[in-house]
Amino acid sequence: MSELQIRTMADYMASGETPEILFWVGCAGCAGSFDDRAKKITKAIVKILNHANVKFAVLGTEESCTGDPAKRAGNEFLFQMQAMTNITVMNGYEVKKIVTGCPHCFNTLKNEYPSLGGKYEVIHHTQLMQELLDNGRIKIEGGNFKGKKITFHDPCYLGRGNDVYEAPRSVMINLDAELAEMKRSRQNGLCCGAGGAQMFKEAEKGNKEVNVERSEEALALNPDVIAVGCPFCMTMMTDGVKHFNKENTVKVLDVAELIAQANDL
Amino acid sequence: MVSIIIFILLFGGGFAFFFYNVSKIRRNILLGKDIDRTDNPAARWKMMLLVAFGQKKMFSRPIPAILHLFLYVAFVITQVELIEIVLDGGLNNHRMFRPALGGFYTFMVSFIEILSVLAFIGTIAFLARRNLLKVPRLVKSELNGWPKLDANFILLGEITLICFIFMMNGADEVLYSRGVSHAQDLGDGSLGLTISSHLGPMLFGGMSDHSLHIIERIGWWGHICMVLGFLNYLPYSKHFHILLAFPNVYYASLEEKGKFTNLESVTNEVKAMMDPSFTPPAADPNIPMRFGAKEVTDLHWKQLLDAYTCTECGRCTSACPANITGKVLSPRLIMMKTRDRLEEVGKNIDANKGELKDDGKSLLHDYITPEELWACTSCNACVQECPVNIDPLSIIMDLRRYLVMEQSAAPTELNMMFNNMENNGAPWQFSPSDRLNWKNEA
Repeated sequence: MSELQIRTMADYMASGETPEILFWVGCAGCAGSFDDRAKKITKAIVKILNHANVKFAVLGTEESCTGDPAKRAGNEFLFQMQAMTNITVMNGYEVKKIVTGCPHCFNTLKNEYPSLGGKYEVIHHTQLMQELLDNGRIKIEGGNFKGKKITFHDPCYLGRGNDVYEAPRSVMINLDAELAEMKRSRQNGLCCGAGGAQMFKEAEKGNKEVNVERSEEALALNPDVIAVGCPFCMTMMTDGVKHFNKENTVKVLDVAELIAQANDL
Repeated sequence: MVSIIIFILLFGGGFAFFFYNVSKIRRNILLGKDIDRTDNPAARWKMMLLVAFGQKKMFSRPIPAILHLFLYVAFVITQVELIEIVLDGGLNNHRMFRPALGGFYTFMVSFIEILSVLAFIGTIAFLARRNLLKVPRLVKSELNGWPKLDANFILLGEITLICFIFMMNGADEVLYSRGVSHAQDLGDGSLGLTISSHLGPMLFGGMSDHSLHIIERIGWWGHICMVLGFLNYLPYSKHFHILLAFPNVYYASLEEKGKFTNLESVTNEVKAMMDPSFTPPAADPNIPMRFGAKEVTDLHWKQLLDAYTCTECGRCTSACPANITGKVLSPRLIMMKTRDRLEEVGKNIDANKGELKDDGKSLLHDYITPEELWACTSCNACVQECPVNIDPLSIIMDLRRYLVMEQSAAPTELNMMFNNMENNGAPWQFSPSDRLNWKNEA
């Protein structure tokens, strides 16, 4: 495996170059920049970007939380402070296009930053993979997922929140795997339970955890892989699969990991 | 002559009282804050045609959608016949359109009769779904009391209305065949109504002319009384959706569902904080400065229109992940409570000569509890489900904002998350300088 090629915006600036796209790593769900599980997703995305020779940059230590969890929790002050700090940094670098590894960052940057002065073209990493496929910059082969059963769990902020249902599916279709749909999918997809800042608190009193309800539905299909497109969902579905003691037979993988692994990146 | 006077009084009075109540509801809705939802009329009309007129979102659940379609189409088309009934009543005529319209008249009234039969079937099925089959979302305990009664009243009212139509038409068919109907005799021996020309003789064939005239009149007056009664029941009922669905869909948000509003009042404060040279625009002294919503008057008018439009079908609640897993949150109940509180505020204003007198209560805490609000995952399933584009999530978010920004009443773990974000630029307790460490951990 070749070494990952990662340059920061500051690196580009110093060399007088302009990257094609900014990769917004994110920190929320599983801490894309911090948590070990999420770091694997981050690296998978980087591997794909490297493989396709995409000239991308990260903000590195200049990145700060988009403010999404604060906003959904009702703390509009904190959200806007985060937003304006990030906008100042990104406008300083004249950022035009952003890809995120998280639907929450994606939604916030795309929908809630413009009226605060941050106007960028923002895409989710599954949309970027689709673009790269369409432009012939990457090819996807089934690899070890050929013939395996995969079910995709729609992230709320990618699907219902922004009407992106097909990009992850059309990328995965290239894996030659069997894509099985849960009864509640696309517009009717059931939340993993982490949105709206639930990730950071105990759930309210009830008779079941939302992630258990959702994992049960996914596991009923007897999949080899539960595919996700969000670090929040990754945590919730992984825990849900563990709840049913299925972690040895059912993998929870991000779409980016599926593509990177299939291509032996 | 007497009947004309009674008719005109009844009709005029019925409409006057209806408009009186509607004006009160309009006043209540406009207690909400202003929001501009007049942009992009082309997209709005399209959305209204598809979602409200075309019932598009109903069809995600085909069985109730078809049953509902029967009632909906019957309701819309029957209004055509109502024109004749009103003119007949006001001018003391009987089936005044028939001689002029001929075959088209027979077609229209027959069409309405067929729709009425379908609506009858739909209504019976709806009663069964509520009271016998006990469809979960229709028998939840949050509907106990008035909401359940309200739903059954409406359905029974619809059945009564349909019965009156067939009494009127059935008896008239028999009278016409005997040549004694008050309708102008065109020498064709039958009014030719698809259902009543069979049903009439079957039910009323053996009765005397006198009895038939009475039955026909009971049907006619019963029908018009039911129509006016129904009209005036609407403002007191969840059934108001039959009218409000249209404006409610028209004024619904055109934005992506994931996009939440940015509070402008906050933007000004944050800008002032970050840039000392920034001068915030002068605040309107009439609007109390409050972040988020504590009371119905803190919500905007569209959120209040949503509350009056909700017909408590419960699709939102049945799709809500919090509700499915036994939490107290029910998006439907959020809408019902908002309407209840708004009605209470409206009555308060009426009783106090147009001024809202503090009753020591508020939407937040007295109606909607923090436990409900904190159970929400903001997944937008409720918004997606609503057949008339109601947005319960926006109300939940505005109330959360008040809890957090005005009362500092966020759950402890969320306060920790806020602290982390303020100090580290991340919701977790990690140092921002470690942000790029993953790069070197191949």
